[in-house]
Amino acid sequence: MAARFVQISAALMVMGLIIGPIAAVLWGAGSMPAPRDADWQALRFTIWQAFLSASVSVILAIPTARALARQNFFGRGVLITLLGAPFILPVIVAVLGLLAVFGNSGTVNTILGWAGLPQISVYGIQGVVLAHVFFNLPLATRLILQGWLSLPGERLRLAESLGLGPWQFMGVLEWPMLRQVLPGAFAAIFVICLSSFAVALTLGGGPRATTLELAIYQTLRMDFDLGRAGLLAGLQLVVALTAGLLALGVTRAPGFGVGLDRVIQRQDATKILVRLQDAVCLVCVTLFLMGPLSAVVLRGMGALHELGPSVWWAAGYSLSVALGSTALCIVWALALAHRGGEWLSLAGISLSPLVLGIGLFLLLRPFVHPGDLALLVTAVLNALMALPFAVRILRPEVEATRQDHARLSAALGLSSWLWLRWILLPRLKRPLGFAAGLTAALSIGDLGVIALFADPDRATLPLQIYRLMSSYRMEQAGAAALVLLMLSLGVFWLFDRGGRANVKA
Amino acid sequence: MKALAFAAGLFTASAALAELPVLTVYAPDYFTSEWGPGPTIEARFEEKCACDLQFKPGDLLPRLLLEGARTQADVVIGLNTDITKRARASGLFAPHGLALDGLTLPIDWTDDTFVPFNWSYVSFVYNSDALPEPPTSFETLIAAPDDLKIIVQDPRSSISGLALILWVKAVYGDRAGEIWEGLAPHILTVTKGWSEAYGLFTDGEAPMVLSFTTSPAYHIAAEGDLTKRAAIFDEGHYAFFELTAKLANTDQPELADAFMAFTLSEAFQSAIPETNWSFPAALDRSAWPQVFQDLPNPKTAIFLSEDQAAALRDEAIEEWRRALSK
Repeated sequence: MAARFVQISAALMVMGLIIGPIAAVLWGAGSMPAPRDADWQALRFTIWQAFLSASVSVILAIPTARALARQNFFGRGVLITLLGAPFILPVIVAVLGLLAVFGNSGTVNTILGWAGLPQISVYGIQGVVLAHVFFNLPLATRLILQGWLSLPGERLRLAESLGLGPWQFMGVLEWPMLRQVLPGAFAAIFVICLSSFAVALTLGGGPRATTLELAIYQTLRMDFDLGRAGLLAGLQLVVALTAGLLALGVTRAPGFGVGLDRVIQRQDATKILVRLQDAVCLVCVTLFLMGPLSAVVLRGMGALHELGPSVWWAAGYSLSVALGSTALCIVWALALAHRGGEWLSLAGISLSPLVLGIGLFLLLRPFVHPGDLALLVTAVLNALMALPFAVRILRPEVEATRQDHARLSAALGLSSWLWLRWILLPRLKRPLGFAAGLTAALSIGDLGVIALFADPDRATLPLQIYRLMSSYRMEQAGAAALVLLMLSLGVFWLFDRGGRANVKA
Repeated sequence: MKALAFAAGLFTASAALAELPVLTVYAPDYFTSEWGPGPTIEARFEEKCACDLQFKPGDLLPRLLLEGARTQADVVIGLNTDITKRARASGLFAPHGLALDGLTLPIDWTDDTFVPFNWSYVSFVYNSDALPEPPTSFETLIAAPDDLKIIVQDPRSSISGLALILWVKAVYGDRAGEIWEGLAPHILTVTKGWSEAYGLFTDGEAPMVLSFTTSPAYHIAAEGDLTKRAAIFDEGHYAFFELTAKLANTDQPELADAFMAFTLSEAFQSAIPETNWSFPAALDRSAWPQVFQDLPNPKTAIFLSEDQAAALRDEAIEEWRRALSK
């Protein structure tokens, strides 16, 4: 009874949080305008860049995942953890880091200049794709690595005893696995890239590179056209939901990210050429992902001592928002860890966060000053945004536990509380730690709705970085970005670590 | 006993605070931050108003339009001239009733609702190490080699970006589209707001960025850096004003009036240059900090009235978008 009640009320809450704000925006708008030339351009660009970003991420992830799957080396576990860092990185920090490496005065162009080679430009669709690959290659790698590790050892040994060459091996074993895993990975990244906002607007190079989310920001900021914002959000929702449902339909792989410490045993993996190939691949990917991170660290260290108390306070507020958001998200995710819940959680990420924010503003306005609730609203919205990831991580384990222990708990007549406390939670420790870490890190880096109506006394760290930048203090902004980086990696590490303690997997 | 006294002290202190009337002022985020003018201005106004001045940071016009007549705001500070038509049409604002003869602007100001409190010229700021010979007009910028890159802001999301396209439109009229096509190869990227663009510039991504003639003052005064300079264009520069206005249905009309008058006083105006890094709107040039007096001045101030700006805006944005989408 109690379990059912929690499940239903969580579903209703999430549904209300999605439908309520949208209804408020449409109600406030009155009518919806016809799409303009620029709106179609934004739709086309949004789909195109998401398609490219997802394709490149997935294609690069295949050799990376294969190398990680078949090679065992010192520091492999640390590398897998570190490779996950970009995904949880605050966008504002990542863009700074990417530019320090790939920008006009970045490392790559400096080296090209010494070698007398032509310079590369990061601005344009290539920059948008570069940044998205940077964020999502780790996710794609994790999803595909999971597939590789799910290949049964008996089959691997059978293939070896039959003396299959690398191509035959691929055709017989790897390709069928990839065919199952790749569409899901592609669709997940496609949906994430659809609502891209901050990346497109700095690296895009001009109005060509306007995504739907950026167009929504423009409409709200200057024209204040609620109808058009609703229209654009509707377009985005349709595209994202279609892709997301397709992804759920084709994905049979279990949740991502847990239990990656196994290495598949293969004879050919020890051949020198294979080892070399894998080493080159891993070194390149590591450089690509770690270069920008190191740049952020180097750039920020110089001014770290100049940071005033307000930045540390902001870090504290961001941390509390993240913790609140994580608690909420985990409760929702546990309650929604079933097929219907996963569909529902997907709607959260398909919706424009800006339109959600404005909608909540409209709903709250008659009762309170929305600025006073800015932190609370941010925490709730962040929980909603991270929900699809948390559900994806938890659902397979929750369902497996339910299947394995259903008869036992029925026989013992366990109450739902005891079941949760003694059966489910202990078994979920690892995925819970991972999901909580991910949620907290994603939440810490999010500027989100705060950009529209800030709390007068309590700024979050991303907002404080913008404030430093808009008062010319670029070096201190760089240092605050470093704090943000440490904070989001730190909470991720703590939660993930906490989940692994005393667990031998 | 001690605890009791402490509790009583707390109570009386908050009671005393509660008796003070509250003046709610909506302001842009940068204005209220600890590095902006907000804190100084709050302290100086509260010294004599016997009130509690509360800034509420956020986007101004979108929020006021959302809240309509039920807004809590008594005064709004930081609106900009290119969007006043929309603001005026909302009917939310009341005439200020102030004498404007103390204004020290490059143009005549007679608006009965919106009062400027600071101003600057929109201009390109360059790094003289990277660009020893800066362009002196839009045409010389177009004629420069393609590797002279500039970073600009999007007119659809940034008021300085909007000011730039109005500047081009005011100077070139029907040729504006052509000018944008000429500028397009020089534009490295378009950012959503000023901060991102200026951050890219100081990181050395491009030698020139769209900003204000007053931006170099920060680098000179705070960093002793003389290499950031404003490129002065022969055709003149678009003047950019930030404005204050009183809400029509404020529940603190006297305090709101007092604050409006305060914005033109020396106590307010003298805080502007070195917190807002722009020119004060009602302070004699001789009273400006020396760095501001020394800044190079454009020959002509270009300015579009709100009617002209509103009439040209959509067309100018579309010309800009089309030229840069090619």
